[in-house]
Amino acid sequence: MNYKLIISIAKSLLKARFRQTMIAAIGVTFSITMFIALLGFMTGLNDLLDGLILNRTPHIRLFNEIKPSVVQPVNLSTAYKGYYHIIHSIKSENSRQDIYNSQAVMQAIKADERVQGFAPKIVTQVFYNDGTVDITGVVNGIDPQAETRLFHFGDYIVSGSVIDMKNISNSIILGKALAERLNANLGDMVQIITVKGDRFPLKLVGLYQSGINDLDKTQGYVYFNTAQKLLGKSNTYFTDIQIKLKDLNEAPAVAKEYAKKFGTQAEDIQTANAQFETGSSVRTIISYSVGITLLIVAGFGIYNILNMMIYEKMDTIAILKATGFSGRDVKAIFIFIALSIGIVGGFLGLIFGFAFSAIIDEIPFHTPSLPTITTYPVNYKAVIYFIATAFSLITTYLAGLFPARKASKVDPVVIIRGK
Amino acid sequence: MNNIILEARHINKYFHDPVTVKVLDDINFIISKEEFVSVVGKSGCGKSTLLYILSTMDTDFEGDVLIDNESLVHKKEIELARIRNEKIGFIFQFHYLINEFTVLKNVMLPGLKLAHFTEKEIEQRAIEKLEMLDIKDLALKMANKLSGGEKQRVAIARALINNPAIIMGDEPTGNLDKKNREIVFDIFKRLANDYQQTLLIVTHDSTLAEISNRSIEMEDGKIIRQ
Ligand SMILES: Nc1ncnc2c1ncn2[C@@H]1O[C@H](COP(=O)(O)OP(=O)(O)O)[C@@H](O)[C@H]1O
Ligand SMILES: [Mg+2]
Repeated sequence: MNYKLIISIAKSLLKARFRQTMIAAIGVTFSITMFIALLGFMTGLNDLLDGLILNRTPHIRLFNEIKPSVVQPVNLSTAYKGYYHIIHSIKSENSRQDIYNSQAVMQAIKADERVQGFAPKIVTQVFYNDGTVDITGVVNGIDPQAETRLFHFGDYIVSGSVIDMKNISNSIILGKALAERLNANLGDMVQIITVKGDRFPLKLVGLYQSGINDLDKTQGYVYFNTAQKLLGKSNTYFTDIQIKLKDLNEAPAVAKEYAKKFGTQAEDIQTANAQFETGSSVRTIISYSVGITLLIVAGFGIYNILNMMIYEKMDTIAILKATGFSGRDVKAIFIFIALSIGIVGGFLGLIFGFAFSAIIDEIPFHTPSLPTITTYPVNYKAVIYFIATAFSLITTYLAGLFPARKASKVDPVVIIRGK
Repeated sequence: MNNIILEARHINKYFHDPVTVKVLDDINFIISKEEFVSVVGKSGCGKSTLLYILSTMDTDFEGDVLIDNESLVHKKEIELARIRNEKIGFIFQFHYLINEFTVLKNVMLPGLKLAHFTEKEIEQRAIEKLEMLDIKDLALKMANKLSGGEKQRVAIARALINNPAIIMGDEPTGNLDKKNREIVFDIFKRLANDYQQTLLIVTHDSTLAEISNRSIEMEDGKIIRQ
């Protein structure tokens, strides 16, 4: 087929109906703009909400839970082997809370190909003391660098500095709500009483705001070395190992494997946060449905314009056919018209969509629970733009296909006779 | 090789709307190279219907048509379009030009479709045809700005662009005033005499029939004399 000729004919027809084709193109532009803005905003919001929990949650958490031994002495006795064992009030033995042989476990995790990184942690109950008031809380002994790299810890520090907790000995970062309750400012000393009753003064070097207020009312963070000192434990004492995998979806399988291999509890992120997946996928589905509906409506606009154009241009189609253009040529002409409306409209839509997203991105949005967010979240993922482009081409092609088919079937004899 | 350009063999044609009517009844004739043939007959006798069959646009008929010794029966739509493009120049009663194009582009269009020559060459040939028909100065006007007589001359130039084996016309002077009619007669005469162009013209204009080499007379779907 002689595409140059087809295109030049299509262009002339387009020019003759410039106003209508512009309106059809504006329809496409509008729908692509809205599609991109809507999805960019929705995806941004989804990422924000997911990130609120998911970014900070390890894919796998190794820990030891205190629970009764599965194998009780009576099970070992050969004499009662064939009997039912009914034991009341089983007590947990004084088992260790830390991870057994933590250095070796960490070595093994480090060597694992599937692991992106890990951060060891010590979690312990403490009382925060303010004069006569004791507040129950938790101290987390962490490695601030690993924690920031893997779980964005640094993003949630609202004042002070993360690295100070490592560089200044006997220092602590407190949840902002907790610091307010303790009436403590940066640089103040905070008293901590361990479960065993030991009292430690720690210097407040930073404030932490997670976006979940209940958490901020109880949590404090210290360097893991400091935590080991608080508890009077050795420098291999860790209660948790938090692991981030390269592929989140592998978490359940790897967790199972580790639980067996290291003899610890291993909780995967899917089990820990089952409800999050559904929330974000529902939001995504809704935004895609709205966006695609917009595109389909624009498709009908193109369909109408083309139908009208074909009705008006019956004579032209008849002449083309009588002088040797085939049905395929005529079809190609009208498909080209539809596609050029789609391409021009779609391209402008991409630009306006990006601009619109950028405007939304500048609108201030402050919420106390999200200290790092100052404007509405917008996502500029290429895949949104890709889908918008693909859909604008597909819908305009389909919208053009039916009128173009009709045009290709026009019988020139009917038109020529009809006069 | 013989000299036959067009041959109609036992053509029958029916219309089924509203009742089945036989509009063409066993049409047989031969047109040889360089002949100027006219088809005459009363209105409604089936002249146009016959011409649409001969020009490959109507495929719903019985019998066979050979153009340049090539049968049209069982040809695909795209092959028929190609035969139409290459072998046939068609002139309508109403001056069918494409209004969105200039005169020059209208004339060039079948040539561009055939693509035997480059665009430049086709343009050159189109200008020659316009010159031959004395309308070269209209070349860059838009088609819808022309008078009826001018349009018909442009249509003739368009029909000539691919040097067709045969030019077919369906009452090409039917819609023209006396002066323009004479201009068109004159063009046909020149095409036949000076350029040895084969012509098949349907008409009920007796003058046109007189200037042709041969007249085929039809009545009620049959040929009564040829
Ligand atoms: N599409 C059609 N359906 C039914 N009858 C038709 C159709 N087209 C033409 N006819 C009939 O066929 C006959 C021949 O018509 P036509 O070939 O146009 O005659 P002419 O060109 O000689 O005036 C006429 O009686 C006309 O009414
Ligand atoms: Mg007629």
